[in-house]
Amino acid sequence: MKAGETECAEPKYVDFAAYRRGGGYQLIADCLAGKRSRDEITKIMEDSALRGLGGAGFPVGRKWRSVAAEPEPRVMAVNIDEGEVGTFKDRWYLERDPHRFLEGMLVAAWAAGVGEIYIYLRDEYAGCRAVLERELAKLQKARPCALPPIHLRRGAGAYICGEESAMIESIEGKRGMPRLRPPFVAQVGLFGYPTLEHNMETVFWVREIVGKGAGWFTSYGRNGRKGLRSFSVSGRVQRPGVHLAPAGITVRDLIDEYCGGMLPGHTLYGYLPGGASGGILPAAMDNLPLDFDTLNAHGCFIGSAAVIVLSDRDKAGSAARSMVKFFSEESCGQCTPCRVGTIKALDLMAEKKWDQPLLRELSQAMADASICGLGQAAPNPLLSVIKFFPQEIS
Amino acid sequence: MTAISKQEAAARPVEFKLNGQSVIGRPDETILQTAKRHGIEIPHLCYKEGMRPDGNCRACVVEVKGERVLAPACWRHGSDGMEVQTNSPRALVSQKMVLELLLADMPQEPHTLHSELDQWAGKLDIGLPRFAARAQPAADMSHPAIAVNLDACIQCTLCVRACREEQVNDVIGYAFRGGESKIVFDLDDDMGASSCVACGECVQACPTGALSHKVPALAGAAAGAPAQVAGKIAADRTVDSVCPYCGVGCQLTYHVKKEGKAERIVFVQGRDGPANHGRLCVKGRYGFDYVNHRQRLTKPLIRKPGVPKHKDFVVDPDRWHEAFREASWEEALDLAAGGLREIRDKYGRKALAGFGSAKGTNEEAYLFQKLVRTGFGSNNVDHCTRLCHASSVAALMEGVNSGAVSNQVSDVANAEVVFLIGANPTVNHPVAATWIKNAVKKGTRLIVADPRRTELARHATHVLQFNPDTDVALLNAMMCAIVEEGLVNEAFIAERTSGYEALRDNVKKFTPEAMAPICGIPAATIREVARLYATSKGSMILWGMGISQHVHGTDNARCLIALTLMTGQIGRPGTGLHPLRGQNNVQGASDSGLVPMFFPDYQRVDNPDARQRFEKLWGRELDAQPGLTVVEIMHAAKKGEIRGMYIMGENPAMSDPDLDHARDALAALDHLVVQDIFLTETAYLADVVLPATAWPEKDGTVTNTDRMVQLGRKAIEPPGEAREDLMLIQEIARRMGLDWNYTHPREVFKEMRQCMDSIAGITWERLERDSSVTYPCEKEGDPGEPVVFKTNFPTATGRARFVPADLISADEQPDKDYPMVLITGRQLEHWHTGAITRRASVLDTLEPEPVASLHPLELERLGVKPGGVLTVQSRRGAISLYARADEGTPAGAIFVPFCFYEAAANKLTNPVLDPVGKIPEFKYCAVRVTRGGKAPQQSSFGGGQAQRPREIA
Repeated sequence: MKAGETECAEPKYVDFAAYRRGGGYQLIADCLAGKRSRDEITKIMEDSALRGLGGAGFPVGRKWRSVAAEPEPRVMAVNIDEGEVGTFKDRWYLERDPHRFLEGMLVAAWAAGVGEIYIYLRDEYAGCRAVLERELAKLQKARPCALPPIHLRRGAGAYICGEESAMIESIEGKRGMPRLRPPFVAQVGLFGYPTLEHNMETVFWVREIVGKGAGWFTSYGRNGRKGLRSFSVSGRVQRPGVHLAPAGITVRDLIDEYCGGMLPGHTLYGYLPGGASGGILPAAMDNLPLDFDTLNAHGCFIGSAAVIVLSDRDKAGSAARSMVKFFSEESCGQCTPCRVGTIKALDLMAEKKWDQPLLRELSQAMADASICGLGQAAPNPLLSVIKFFPQEIS
Repeated sequence: MTAISKQEAAARPVEFKLNGQSVIGRPDETILQTAKRHGIEIPHLCYKEGMRPDGNCRACVVEVKGERVLAPACWRHGSDGMEVQTNSPRALVSQKMVLELLLADMPQEPHTLHSELDQWAGKLDIGLPRFAARAQPAADMSHPAIAVNLDACIQCTLCVRACREEQVNDVIGYAFRGGESKIVFDLDDDMGASSCVACGECVQACPTGALSHKVPALAGAAAGAPAQVAGKIAADRTVDSVCPYCGVGCQLTYHVKKEGKAERIVFVQGRDGPANHGRLCVKGRYGFDYVNHRQRLTKPLIRKPGVPKHKDFVVDPDRWHEAFREASWEEALDLAAGGLREIRDKYGRKALAGFGSAKGTNEEAYLFQKLVRTGFGSNNVDHCTRLCHASSVAALMEGVNSGAVSNQVSDVANAEVVFLIGANPTVNHPVAATWIKNAVKKGTRLIVADPRRTELARHATHVLQFNPDTDVALLNAMMCAIVEEGLVNEAFIAERTSGYEALRDNVKKFTPEAMAPICGIPAATIREVARLYATSKGSMILWGMGISQHVHGTDNARCLIALTLMTGQIGRPGTGLHPLRGQNNVQGASDSGLVPMFFPDYQRVDNPDARQRFEKLWGRELDAQPGLTVVEIMHAAKKGEIRGMYIMGENPAMSDPDLDHARDALAALDHLVVQDIFLTETAYLADVVLPATAWPEKDGTVTNTDRMVQLGRKAIEPPGEAREDLMLIQEIARRMGLDWNYTHPREVFKEMRQCMDSIAGITWERLERDSSVTYPCEKEGDPGEPVVFKTNFPTATGRARFVPADLISADEQPDKDYPMVLITGRQLEHWHTGAITRRASVLDTLEPEPVASLHPLELERLGVKPGGVLTVQSRRGAISLYARADEGTPAGAIFVPFCFYEAAANKLTNPVLDPVGKIPEFKYCAVRVTRGGKAPQQSSFGGGQAQRPREIA
């Protein structure tokens, strides 16, 4: 891109015609025609053990069933407000195969008995928006199957609106602030209706899993884990980017096999396994399987699988400070532990020697008493530093 | 096990463990509330009883067994089998950390002595915060009534909820993110420059003093003395009472403090009364310091000999001595009563008349009419009800034989449709408007019909901005549509009404299609609204003076009554008829017989049985002929038929139509006694002026628009030699030959119960205990009936009566010379003739100058800019005042409030009367509007003078 250019470069992607040629929209047509049953498709999802790929990892099949069990009308909200630090997989897929996402979305909506769909797109993704607008129009014009009303909504640059209930508030035209739970959005969600909320990538996989079978998906995996993960890798590696790799792969293998190794002259110092909020692990722990639930014991999580690789030229403390600063700026300002806690934590982290007992106490309150995941996870980076990089702060 | 529905499950009590102890929680109860009932305290800041919990401060987080994170007790409900720890080490870490975090950001010097944050920090033993403080925002002192000190803000958003969800004024918002998050007014404007209507609900909700009531320095304090904030004043005592302004009847608490020798009300809080549940408006909350105004009358005044009375005067109350001299009470009372007695003895009993007041108590109203009926000897007694809802009452008496509302305002919550016509409650009944707005938020559909597009239109599903003067056309067309479309309630008509056929035949002539060009509303809209009204499960009509103040005011009200009867939308919760009563005690004053045709409780003076009852009770022979009404009395005075008057708390020299005529008439009286708290325009024409008490200076009951009899309690002593009104009436009565010995309002009230069946069951003791009792309450212990006409109407036959109405035009139509229509009314900040509110410092500061509202296009046509001077002229007079652009005022019309003496709107109004209700046509007369004129000049009050410090001479 040259200076002065303001338009986003047009990605090359599988457009409607090409997608149709490849058998696209046959699955949803079959579903709607009664050739596939809701139960059957939902069962495939359950068997595949596909989990929500936005970060929370809720099992997809179970989500469909629980929304379908709620009274009508039900709605669907698709989260493409991809804002987690270091995460860019949704954009990657959207820019390449938008209809695969749209068909998966329609199948999910059908399976959960949803009558109306809202797509919430990160507004910085202008190129994606151009693609989606154009392709949605083609889809609606061609109507390869019956379509529910589909609304494409633009985000407004707030990280918090990637949180599912804050996103719903935003779609409703309100200030994007997370809701208190219960009730969960599956019961009382968008406009008060039971809502099926999915990350974009989650439904992107639906057609392929149904087509190839649950067993195809579960045939992948390492270290006892099953399935595939789209890692957004950034930092000190040779080939950063989105890498589709087996669930349970270690960071060492991910770097070596998929990212072409560390940058020349750099050695692994530590890594952030799950964006800003997933904590920071030291190089010594480069052998942990990366998947949902596998890092909990270390106070970390994989989340949206955004792996940021630090080398011997980086400092974990400084990474933690920028993460907490990010949280303090992106806190919606609703609850005290997050709004005030992030700022006070940042103050304490500016000291050469951290007040570790106070930071621990503050972190506990933030994790325990914040309304949503942002505040609850905000202390993770600083706790990781205290735990794994004590030499930097004492 | 049988499956139970979610609803059933939600209605069952729940049993769970709270700190190890088994408790039963009510299904509608949060953990915090259950805990409170069981004596367990949980810290909380963003939760306030009566408001929606928001769970944002997180001071109340508790540990729920098996859950990953803590739960906010203010928000979470208990459920069966749940195990909750409110004080476990884990819960305490977070509770205390939240308090410490907030405390770290508090200012060095608190803005209140009652910070809930400080209180909880003390209870939880939080020491000095271990965190550095934030950079503090600057104070915003731009609003005359409210200080904004966001350095004490904890972002709990109680003010946001108070503003947006309780009062629904939508001024306060929460803006920006993270540490930048802040409370803002409109688009982060200064509060004083925002669209804030100063209801003060936000201040009442604020737990930390970030928002506070300003307490103005007492007049006479050192010039420039800064305003204090209420939170830092420790009041000596509090007195529960009721607001003296409008008919809503909000209960409040005066906070009284001794300052120097005298006690002063320093601030006011809303109280949980049945009509307001803690809410107040700008008048009720900030409009009380008139009682301390230096122009209060403190000594009896007698007119100096030779000072002429004439209509062309300008009252300057500071220069009272030019027309009056001070006198002793004995001299003044002897002269006052002596003059009346002489006239009675010389010219006969019909040569006297009395105006009581809807601002006084029931007991004063009762005694005043008793004085006129037994002491003066005629029924020539009336009050300003004649100017507000006389026509509504006439139509209601004729139709259902009851002049009061069928359902209370708060019943809008139960209505599916609210039809509001000719009323502007956000201005005139602000707290009532909040119930309507709350109902709309919950799904009630609001139809607003008014020639002016007013604030509530913003909340309405249908706005009918019909042409002025075409109410009957609109309402008949609605009824026609209901008949044509078969939406009438045949069973209700058959069982509970009479005269339907005549009404049906009449309204058939008024098809929506034929009426559309007349009233300016498309026929399809008229039909849609008619259907909506007729077919909903509950439709409630509320109306104001846009209906009543016309020559066809009675007809207007007749149509509304017919509308309810033909659809059966009455006699149930969420339905019925509600004329929004204006003054705080206009309902009670009318009930108490302060009207020329009725004894107390609407017993007709020309009914021999009723007369006998009162003759027996009062021991005097009574006049069988109804007396004259307000405007009729003025005519009679001008003609010399009425020669003497006693006026208590009324200001006809400002409130009557065609002021030149009214003032001429008052000036023509041989003897005028005025009892008031200020030297009003009327008092200026008096021979004797009796200084009386303001509302917080006496005990007594008032009856609000909802038929609630409420107790006002004395909070402070009257100034100087001013005396209680009740005692002054008695002093006059004794001097007129009546042997009265009342020593307290409770004795008067006891007598009233003997002749007023509707309140016979209300005891003074119950009023002292409950502060409010709804009538009808005929037997002691009756709960009182919020909804009436449930099974029958209080008529002889038990049936309500339809009365058809035809189109009658306003008396004075616009023409070539006077091409525009003048609509008069009121403003949020000012009450009636302004005598009180223009001396209340906050109210006078907020609306200091007389203004006329016109559509911006009309202003452009006239070549007048907003703020420019224009002159309004009618056949009766002319005034000059400032222009205000208002897109809600229809083209061809001009709206002028009648509270400004320097541009008195009633100089212009037409004194023609509705033939039945005898109410003048305040809402319609022809005027000519021109650019320019002499800028209005205040004398010694108004114009913002009340908040300027001034030395007492």
